[in-house]
Amino acid sequence: MIGNVIAGITGSGVAVSTSSYESIATATGTGASGTITFGSIAGTYSALQIRVNMVASASAALQLTFNGDTASNYAMHGVFGDGSAAAANGSASTSGIQTLGQYTGTITTYPNVAIMDILDYASTSKFKTVRCLQGFDKNAAGGEVGLTSGLWRSTSAISSLSLILTTGNFTTSTTIALYGVKA
Amino acid sequence: MPATYEPIATQTLASAAASITFSSIPATYTDLRLVFTGTQSVVTDIFYWFNNDQTNLYSQTTLNGDGTTASSGTNLNRANIDVNALKGEGSLTIPKMITIDVFSYIGSTYKTALFNFIGDENGGIYTAVVLGVSLYRSTSAITSINIGPASGNLAIGTTATLYGIKAA
Repeated sequence: MIGNVIAGITGSGVAVSTSSYESIATATGTGASGTITFGSIAGTYSALQIRVNMVASASAALQLTFNGDTASNYAMHGVFGDGSAAAANGSASTSGIQTLGQYTGTITTYPNVAIMDILDYASTSKFKTVRCLQGFDKNAAGGEVGLTSGLWRSTSAISSLSLILTTGNFTTSTTIALYGVKA
Repeated sequence: MPATYEPIATQTLASAAASITFSSIPATYTDLRLVFTGTQSVVTDIFYWFNNDQTNLYSQTTLNGDGTTASSGTNLNRANIDVNALKGEGSLTIPKMITIDVFSYIGSTYKTALFNFIGDENGGIYTAVVLGVSLYRSTSAITSINIGPASGNLAIGTTATLYGIKAA
């Protein structure tokens, strides 16, 4: 069962048990803030998934943090394509997991999208691993598409998470939805 | 709390067909996911397109691997999205896997989708793995999706499932 759940949410082609996938909350941009926080996340799921459909007011990177922790307790690594070349980057000590737009910066004209999966988020004995698929197409000379890994070096259960733009605000065209996946 | 990830429809080909079409997609979800596995009758690429619209309103950016080299490509003003523009078209017997996540498909903005293509050809020179993003420059709600090869047919047994994902 859990194998199907993981395979399903990572989009490998195996059908998820759809009854195990639940909507927790959805946030929309206000145009006046570059931070969206989901709090009081119940520990009743096996995994969380965040689906981002975002337009920001400025070119930025979208950073993911947990439990209000902005200390250097995160690591991230990514592989990207911008339409002309493939590249990779990473950081062993950051104040958040930079995802969408971290390679070239997001665009302000068309939607930027991402799917983030956080497995075993409620564990109190393990560090937390994140997988993010992300991208945008500029309709002119490429865009950015990539796969990012993230690590939060904490054994605390995740009870809140924040999506933070490194600059600018989420426009009203932004929708970010949080889902829970049960085993 | 209600379940929000639902299969809308599945199609498995009992006879060869030029494409698989999901039409009359209900407007009751937030996002769509299409999961495809199958083969085709001739050596060619696999395309997808929306609303039976094959005008030049599509563009795409991809990250590609072929077993030797990583690369990135882009295509502008296409009549569809080519999920394996670089490689991945060589085998007519080994199933390919394609997943397409369409965000805000009923929204009034242009439509962005993430897709991936898995085309392992057992050591063949056309082996490819692709992660891509596509843009459909239409503000219309998406009511249908087609997926099929550039020429020839999808083979018998090719299957695709369309899921709806509904946010709270």
